Amino acid sequence: MNGVARHDEVCLGLEGIGKRFGSLNVLDDVSLTIRAGERCGIIGPNGAGKSTLFNVIAGELPPTRGAVRFQGRDVTRLAAHARARRGLARTFQTTTLFPRLTVIENLVLALQAHSGERFHLLAPRTRYHARDEEALALLERVGLTGSAHVLVDTLGYGEKRQIEILLALAQRPKLLLLDEPTAGLAPGDASLVTEMLKREHRGLTMVLIEHDMGVVFDVVDRLTVLHHGRVVADGPLDRIRGDAAVQEIYLGGSL
Amino acid sequence: MSTRSRWLTAAAAGLVVALLLPRVGVPTFYVSLLTQTWIFAIVAMSLDLLVGFTGLVNFSQAALFGTGAYAVAIAATRFGITGFFPGLLLGVVCAVIVAALFGLVALRAEGVGFIVITIALNEIMWGLAYQWVSVSGGDNGITGITRPPVGPLDVSGNAGFYYVCLVLFALSFVLLRTIARSPFGLVLRGVRETPRRMAALGYDVWLYRYCAMLISAAFAGLAGVLFAWYNQFVGPVNLSLDESTQFLIIVILGGIGTLYGQLFGALVVVFLSNELSAITQRWELVLGVIYFVIVMYAPGGLVVLVPRLWARLRGRRTALVPSEPLLGAAGIANAPTETAEQP
Repeated sequence: MNGVARHDEVCLGLEGIGKRFGSLNVLDDVSLTIRAGERCGIIGPNGAGKSTLFNVIAGELPPTRGAVRFQGRDVTRLAAHARARRGLARTFQTTTLFPRLTVIENLVLALQAHSGERFHLLAPRTRYHARDEEALALLERVGLTGSAHVLVDTLGYGEKRQIEILLALAQRPKLLLLDEPTAGLAPGDASLVTEMLKREHRGLTMVLIEHDMGVVFDVVDRLTVLHHGRVVADGPLDRIRGDAAVQEIYLGGSL
Repeated sequence: MSTRSRWLTAAAAGLVVALLLPRVGVPTFYVSLLTQTWIFAIVAMSLDLLVGFTGLVNFSQAALFGTGAYAVAIAATRFGITGFFPGLLLGVVCAVIVAALFGLVALRAEGVGFIVITIALNEIMWGLAYQWVSVSGGDNGITGITRPPVGPLDVSGNAGFYYVCLVLFALSFVLLRTIARSPFGLVLRGVRETPRRMAALGYDVWLYRYCAMLISAAFAGLAGVLFAWYNQFVGPVNLSLDESTQFLIIVILGGIGTLYGQLFGALVVVFLSNELSAITQRWELVLGVIYFVIVMYAPGGLVVLVPRLWARLRGRRTALVPSEPLLGAAGIANAPTETAEQP
């Protein structure tokens, strides 16, 4: 079947990642191996280092120690854009779109990122009909084709969160990092996002930071718990749910 | 009429008027000021590509403009290179080379850091022009530059040179507008809006900023060459920080991120500074007040007044908002936002 990856293939490997900000140790010896096609949730209290870990994986922050391997290659020294070109996409905790571009322009930027046309200087963009069709097809998936030509800034918050994910999907990534995709969403909108993620083909590896346990349990099949910059638990969803130490640290015994 | 054909009609009408002006008894003085307007509009558009489309507020545009001017002046007076096309090519190439060096330094920073570095770079170039007397003539500048013929056409007269500058302005406008609307132009606007997301999408933000600086420099250099021929004198003042500031004022007055607005910005700045200085010694004070009033009442630039006046002339109640998605810019002025269109 198209897009189903072999499960023994390692997609992302973190080897002893450490990150210090001055005297603050934000990440301490984080090692994780995520296989292709896995859906991994990263949970942990505020300040556990989850977003920092994402920034290190995506290449926005260099780690103080350790190595990041992506699809078998050491990418520790690669810039963020170079990692993106190898198939790593991410979304941001705070919506990070292009506010004064139209919705379709936002999507086209994501779609043309890997095509030579990004260097085309002398033809108006409106001639690239195929690109627009592609963008509209993506918008169709979230039912926003009617808003294709409005400025992104004028969309509602829930719609912006959907576009936030859509941009990353438009990159056709092999690994998708989602930083609290449902942050600040009403329950109805949150389920829209969840459904969107569940519809993705199984070949797409996902790592998800999320506080909403409903979303986590719905989407992921593996859970990693981060606390004070360390991995305190890691394993299949069901096992971690029952882990006493995890319940004490994070879940407050409520599960 | 569609928006597109309305634009074409307006542009064609403007061009016809501009072509006729020197033929219908407009005094030489004004023909000369208009020539200067075309030249300043070119450099302002080149700056707009950086400020309005890429989000780089560059204070070293006069250094690039001056590089073009000095290059052609030195080539003509020292090396006897006096041709029209060799002169243009030389000025453009020199400006691009200087920008290639500037970019390596200035693009190590962003935002305010970038601004400060470009100010410093402009000062360095001014220092070179002022103090490297053996090459630049120092404070005396370089005189004795003559306007070369274009092929068989003698353009040394005011009217002839007016047409040269007008044509090059029109060509520059068409080229820059094409670039702004291309896929590459969309990338530049993405870089302006949210560099972080651009990197996450796989764009090398540094590279696009660098390319934008080189393209911008080519047009600034072209304007500089024309200015050297126009003025027949080049001095340190032409690449001073004051001049860089003046170019930025034109961009802000004209309308950041509009390109065509720079024509209006240049028109106002060139004519006001010349007319006012003839009336009063305190003309700079008056000029400052006028700029202030324009920015207060037309914060998106003078271009927002054009559709407004047009609408009033046609007796409409609602002002037309320019439908160009290019409007809106580097966050200096409140640019008019595009009206939401539901297809």
